[in-house]
Order: sequence, then C-alpha cells, then structure tokens
Amino acid sequence: MTQPNLLNYYIPKRALFNFTQIDLYKTHDHMSVLIYAENAGGKFKKSIFEAVSYARAIADQNNTSLVAISIGDVSTGELALLGKYGAEKVLNVTGEKLKNFVNQAYASVIADAAKQQNADIVVLSNTFSGRGLAPRLGVKLEAGLADGAVALPEQKNGKFTVKKTAFSGKAFAIVELTSANKVIALVPNSYKVVETGGSAQVEDFSVETKESDFKALIKEIVRSIDKVSLPDAEIVVSAGRGLKGPENWGMIEELANLLGAATACSKPVSDAGWRPHSEHVGQTGIAVSPNLYIAIGISGAIQHLAGISSSKVIVVINKDPEAPFFKVADYGIVGDAFEVVPQLIAAVKEYKASA
Amino acid sequence: MKILVCVSNVPDTTTKITFTDNNTQFNTNGVQFILNPYDEIALSRAIELTDGGKVTVTVINVGEVSTEATIRKALAIGATDAVRINAKPHDAWYVAYQIAQYVKANPFDLILTGRESIDYNGSKVAGMLGELLDLPSVSIIKKLDVSESSATVEREIEGGKEILTIPFPFVAGAAEGVAEPKIPNMRGIMSARTKPLIVVEPLEVKTFSEIVSYETLSIRGQVKLVAADDTAKLVELLHTEARVI
Repeated sequence: MTQPNLLNYYIPKRALFNFTQIDLYKTHDHMSVLIYAENAGGKFKKSIFEAVSYARAIADQNNTSLVAISIGDVSTGELALLGKYGAEKVLNVTGEKLKNFVNQAYASVIADAAKQQNADIVVLSNTFSGRGLAPRLGVKLEAGLADGAVALPEQKNGKFTVKKTAFSGKAFAIVELTSANKVIALVPNSYKVVETGGSAQVEDFSVETKESDFKALIKEIVRSIDKVSLPDAEIVVSAGRGLKGPENWGMIEELANLLGAATACSKPVSDAGWRPHSEHVGQTGIAVSPNLYIAIGISGAIQHLAGISSSKVIVVINKDPEAPFFKVADYGIVGDAFEVVPQLIAAVKEYKASA
Repeated sequence: MKILVCVSNVPDTTTKITFTDNNTQFNTNGVQFILNPYDEIALSRAIELTDGGKVTVTVINVGEVSTEATIRKALAIGATDAVRINAKPHDAWYVAYQIAQYVKANPFDLILTGRESIDYNGSKVAGMLGELLDLPSVSIIKKLDVSESSATVEREIEGGKEILTIPFPFVAGAAEGVAEPKIPNMRGIMSARTKPLIVVEPLEVKTFSEIVSYETLSIRGQVKLVAADDTAKLVELLHTEARVI
C-alpha cells in the first residue's frame, strides 16, 4: 500500500506509535478511528451524533473499530448514547481541571488517546471548539487536516481524499491527505445521523496533563439556553435591511421561535448594530448549512450567498422581484415583509395546530 | 510589547469563483486580490493597541512577490514593518511552519491571525502556530483587551460566548467584533512605501495535504413562486414537498 519512495517517511511516523517496521505491511486491523465527542454543558448535540455516524462510516470503510473520547463532566447515560451511533468504546476523561474546554490541554488529551488507541484517523465536529482543536491535533499527530469536511472520504488507489468547503461556500475543494495520520473536522448538518443500534462500553481514561497546557483561564461562560445556536441550527430565519430597523425584529424572532429556528442577519444589519455580529451570516461572517434557510428582506449579495449556499432549501421573501436572491432560491414570495411575515406566522401557527 | 499579525492575500469578496484545467486550478484571471478581511480586523486591533508607539506591529505573509501590494496595504494601515516569506503558501501547515520558524528566532508577545482566510477557510494557522510554539491559542475571538502581562479575550461558542484570560505570549484568530477595519489615510499610504519589508527564504518542510480538484456549487432549479397572500401554500410546500418542517 505504500509507495517505495514514501517508506522513509512512513517509518518514523509509525515509530511514533511504537510500531515496529514489520507493522508497516500489516493491514488496518490494529488501527482505529477516534471521534472526539464534544459536550455542551454535559450534553451532546445533534452535530456530535452526526460526527459519530460519520466516523462510524469511516471505520467501516477501513474495517476498523470506532473509539469515542469525551472530556469533561458528562453522565454515563449520556456517554452511552454514543454507542447508538456506532462507537464501540467511549473513553471518559474527567477531572476538575478538564471540566471546561481548555484548547491546549484538550488537544494533548485527544492526541494521547489517539496514540494509545492506535487511531490513525481522528474525527471532530467543526464547531468553534473543534476548529481550535483540529489544527493543534494536526501538528501533534503530524497529520494532514481536512477541516470543513462535508462528505465521507474517498479511498481509492491508495489515495485518501475529502471534500471540504472552500472560498467561503462559493465552491468545494477535494483535498488529498497524504500523511499516515489524518484529522477530519465535519461541518454540522452535512452528514446524516445513523443509528446502528449498537452499544458502547464506557471506560475511564486518564492522562497526565502538563501545567503549561493550562495557561488560558476561563473566567466566564455565557450560554443562552432559550436560543437555538446558529452554526448547527436546522432552520434559520434571517433578515436584512428590508426590515428597516432593529425595532422590527419581533416578528423575525416570533417566526424563528415557532419553527424552532435560529435567527440570523445580513452584514449591513450587523454593521449597523441592529443585530449582534454573531448573527451575521455570509462570507465574512458565519457559514450555515441548515435544512431550511428563510431570507427576509435580504437582496442576496454574492458575499451573503456564499455563507448560505449549502442550505438544503432556501425560501426568499423580498418585495423586489429582481432581487438576486430569487435566482438561488427554491421557494419565493414577492411581497412586503411587513405584510408577508405576519401572515406566514399565522400560517405556521395553523399548521402547528393541525399537525 | 511586540505584536505579530499574520496576513494572507485572498480574492476580493465579490469574486465569482471559477476554475481552469479541468477544475484543478483556481482561475485567477481578472481576480483582484485583497488583504484577507479577518486579517484586516486583527491588524486594526493591533494598531489600536500601539498606544502611541509603545507597541510595535509586524505583519508577516507567506507569499510570492505578487503579495507585496497587500503587504504594503497592511503597512499603510499602520503596521511598523513587514516580513514576507518568499514561497507559495502550499497549505495551512506549510504557512504555520514557516511563520513558527521565524517567530522562534524573533519572539513576539502576541500573535494574531484572522479567524480564517476567505479562500480556503482553514482557521488552522492560529492553532498550528500555538502548537508549534507551545503557546496557548484561541481560534475565533470576538473581543481582545490587553493589560500589562495578559489579555482578556471573548471567544464564540455555539449559542453563547466564553471569556478567558491568557498570559502573553499567545496566539489568537480575530473575527468580527475585535475591531472595526481601519482605512489607510494618505499619510499612511505615503509612509508605507518606505517602511521596512524584509524577505526571508522558506525552509523545506514535508506537507501533508494536496488540493486535487475543485467542485463548483450545484445549480438549484427554478424558484417556485408563491403568491404573497397565500403563505399557507408555502407552509404546505415546505411540509409536503421540501419536507423541512
């Protein structure tokens, strides 16, 4: 499987795993896939189950096992859930110091687990924390890194390629990972949750941590529990300058609440301070890939479209029939947001009542 | 205090992205290149922190000679001096490795990058630099305040934020909220021409990834229009046809 000219490179790499030279010629049997299951306040989100399902499929491609690692304070019941999506074993790392996310320390723990479990592929969810961990893991494991992955890897003719987002949602790149170890960060909402009906064995896993990994200190964590988080939302209700002012967002929030959606906005809106930057969707803001994106009073500048292009279904409500957004929409209503949105709210309420 | 801001040269945000050579090369024909918008935010914050000359801001770029216009723009915005590592930026690992070697020889108190580049969207360089230099790293920050020996940063998390204090030196990737992008004034543009820009040759390093090809977005079908007074129809379509609610 290895080309002769790569041998010099493969030997030191495998040596990292305490392998002997003979192991080079073995198949993947002894390797495994490691998935980092990030928790948010002790719970796993859907994006983590997606990543576990995705990692399971990669393990199946390679005929290896799937090991999950959780760090922090997560109940045994919650940890066992990971088995439902294909993890055979869950390594549970606890301890006061590791209770909350510390980028450097978490990366060390995950890298140690990868080495100990002979994991040559490490999967993460491309969350805010995941994006901090992935590059550190890439360096620690001397691994090629595919962040922003949107599909399963292809493994053909000894080549391992992954499709990832590029140009801020305007295109995709197919990246070949040429190293023995690989780190892949999966974009939320891009892979389906698959229940395998399996169960996982939960094991305590402890590692020695070094003091220098704990220099960054968390002072405060603010997590709003009543709001749907934008990057992994399944439905997003977004509004633009057509709303005329921040005082008119009540109906946007009402529609979002009804649909269980996150709220978002265009760049001019966050630049004007009508909405926080964390809601800005687009090329220089957040990229989202929900099942349903509803754009209200947004014209559809190329930079905005870049951030929402991987949405599965796009609905556009705009009074200008020439708005460029209609060109990329699946459904559209040409009409004044101030008339259409209240009607839409009523229609959704009626649908919810009858459902 | 010495601040290093890592900058990249990217296609302008209005660029229509196309490819050539059977979708294996990005078509740069007619494309205007700019200072990566997030790097501009990082740089603008660094310059706000210069505090009348007590702090120096160096910009560093891994790029070929063609990126010098972008580096000069960073100098015009207010950076003190600049370094260009003379190489094609193969991937994030290659870039981070080159910058890390430079920083090992020329230490900084604070290293800033943009949260990601708008071309390959890595958000990788900050974390890789942190690992290569054994420093703390925060990949996406929304706020940065400094005191004598440490900084307070606000990091975005799903549905909230986290506030951290980190002692210098550390690495952070700046996002919107950290600063308003600064526009160079005439004096800045004039002085940028004579500010030091040193060119360093790259070191050889093994890379771990290759872009083999690109794909453009799949085209959506014709939009299905629903009458403005028939929102119930839209709800029905979303339920029965699109199956998203």
